[in-house]
Order: sequence, then C-alpha cells, then structure tokens
Amino acid sequence: MARVIVDVMLKPEILDPQGQAIARALPRLGFSGVTSVRQGKRFELELDGPADEAALAEVRKIAATLLANTVIEDFTVRVE
Amino acid sequence: MSGARVGVVTFPGTLDDQDAARAVRHAGATPVPLWHADRDLKGVDAVFLPGGFSYGDYLRCGAISRFSPVMEELIPAARKGLPVLGTCNGFQILCEAHLLPGALTRNAGLRYVCRDQRLRVENTATVWTSAFSPGQEIVLPIKHGEGRYVADPETIAELEANNRVVFRYLGNPNGSLNDIAGITNETGTIVGLMPHPEHAVEELTGAPSLDGRGIFTSILKHLVNA
Repeated sequence: MARVIVDVMLKPEILDPQGQAIARALPRLGFSGVTSVRQGKRFELELDGPADEAALAEVRKIAATLLANTVIEDFTVRVE
Repeated sequence: MSGARVGVVTFPGTLDDQDAARAVRHAGATPVPLWHADRDLKGVDAVFLPGGFSYGDYLRCGAISRFSPVMEELIPAARKGLPVLGTCNGFQILCEAHLLPGALTRNAGLRYVCRDQRLRVENTATVWTSAFSPGQEIVLPIKHGEGRYVADPETIAELEANNRVVFRYLGNPNGSLNDIAGITNETGTIVGLMPHPEHAVEELTGAPSLDGRGIFTSILKHLVNA
C-alpha cells in the first residue's frame, strides 16, 4: 500500500484570477508580506501495491490523461 | 423539411439539449437525441454538443464528459469529417477532447457572466457559419463562468494566420485571448463557441436577436448540398 500525491498547477503563463483574488484578500485580513498566490489542485491516490517505478509511470499516465489538462496545467508526482 | 438528421448529445448535467433540439427542428432538420452512455451516433449527419454542466463540471469543465462512451464514437468520427458544433460546455468538451486547440478556464473577472453579447463573425467558410456574411455583427446570449479562451502563443498565432477564429467578442466579457469567442478546426467542420445560438432562434423566448438561426441554416445547407 502506498499513497501517491499528484499536484496540478496552472502553467506559470496562464492567468490565475482565483489566486489573485486570494492574494488581494490577505492584506484586508491583516496578513502582510505575500506578493503572489497561485491556486492548484492536490490529488491523493491510494495504490494497492508499492509505489515502484512501474506504478509511478502509471500514475503519471493518469495525471496526463485525466487529472491535468496539459494544455494549461503542469503536474508533479511524488510518494508520500 | 429536409432529411438531415442532427444528433444532440445529453450528458448528466446538460441543460441546453432541449433548446438545441428545438433550434434544429425550427431550421427544418430532425434532431436525434444521443445519450452519453451509448456508444452509438445513430447514423446522424452532424452533432450538436449543447451547454450545461456535464458531470457537474467536476475536475474541469468537460474533462470527464470527454471520456464518455458517446465521445469515444464521436471523436474519431469528427476527425474523419463529421460536422460537430459545441456551444458553451460543448466547446469546453471539444477542447478537452483535443478536437479543438486551447482550453477554457475561469473568467478573468471571476464572475459568472449572463448577458446579450455582441460578436463579429470572422470566418464564414465553416460548415456552421456559411449563412453569415464576413464581418457580420451579431448578438447572442452568453452564460458562463469558465469561458476565458487560452492557448499558447504559437497556437494563437496559428489560429489567427489560418483564419480559424470564427467568432470574436465585441467587448470582451471574460478575458479571452484575442477576444476569441469561437474557433474551428483545420477543415472547418468542427466549431466551438461560448455563446448560445440555440437560444436566439425565436422571438417567443425573448431572445435578443434571431442571429442564432444562421448556425442552423448553415449546417442544413451544407448537409442538403452534400
């Protein structure tokens, strides 16, 4: 059993209005020092076996096929 | 009436399929209901992917619909030349399916926009827009929260160079790059747009115009002459 995390983020050049709205809210709430916020998605995948190279290759395939739209998003895969 | 049969796909969460079917019928063609779970296009001559919130817009708009059984039939058929129109959520599905380039994401203003929208018809060489005149200004309803068209600079340049921008916003409602409201594939058989032609075919419904009719008369003319 292993847990694999897939993080999906909009590509840096794609405008993230949600992140901008969060960043603008922070000073109003008394938080200072944050210059930028980008919002993404985190997926937690529970595997029925070990997170070996074959399993991770499969997860990368899942991420590229469904979890991320690689036209506008990048993803990273890591074992937790 | 012609014998042209236009499929209208219903996914769980589709909203505009009845209006789409009505617009098809109004134009003189026969709407054919297609169900997302059926691997069957029922021999239709063209397909309309209507708007709504298919599969609840879970993950990304159109991301799950794109893998539905009916799409597994539609994608290869569209690649072989079957005319396909996607409006709103249908446009999002066409992009997720890579039948059209780019993607549609959160409106720059973060607000859901629901209004009558002025547009310019940029390309009348597609099977869905031949009834318009080049440069014609039309008004269609828009209603979407994720309609901002984005693509990498090379894709945008390619779309512009090859006249693949079909509709452009006059007064950009969502931050779309180059004011793009609708695009087509290389052969002009697949068109996707965020505005709703199917909501602008009859005065009875309080439509801002009857400009949506041009879409349906275009495809009918194409199918009858084909």
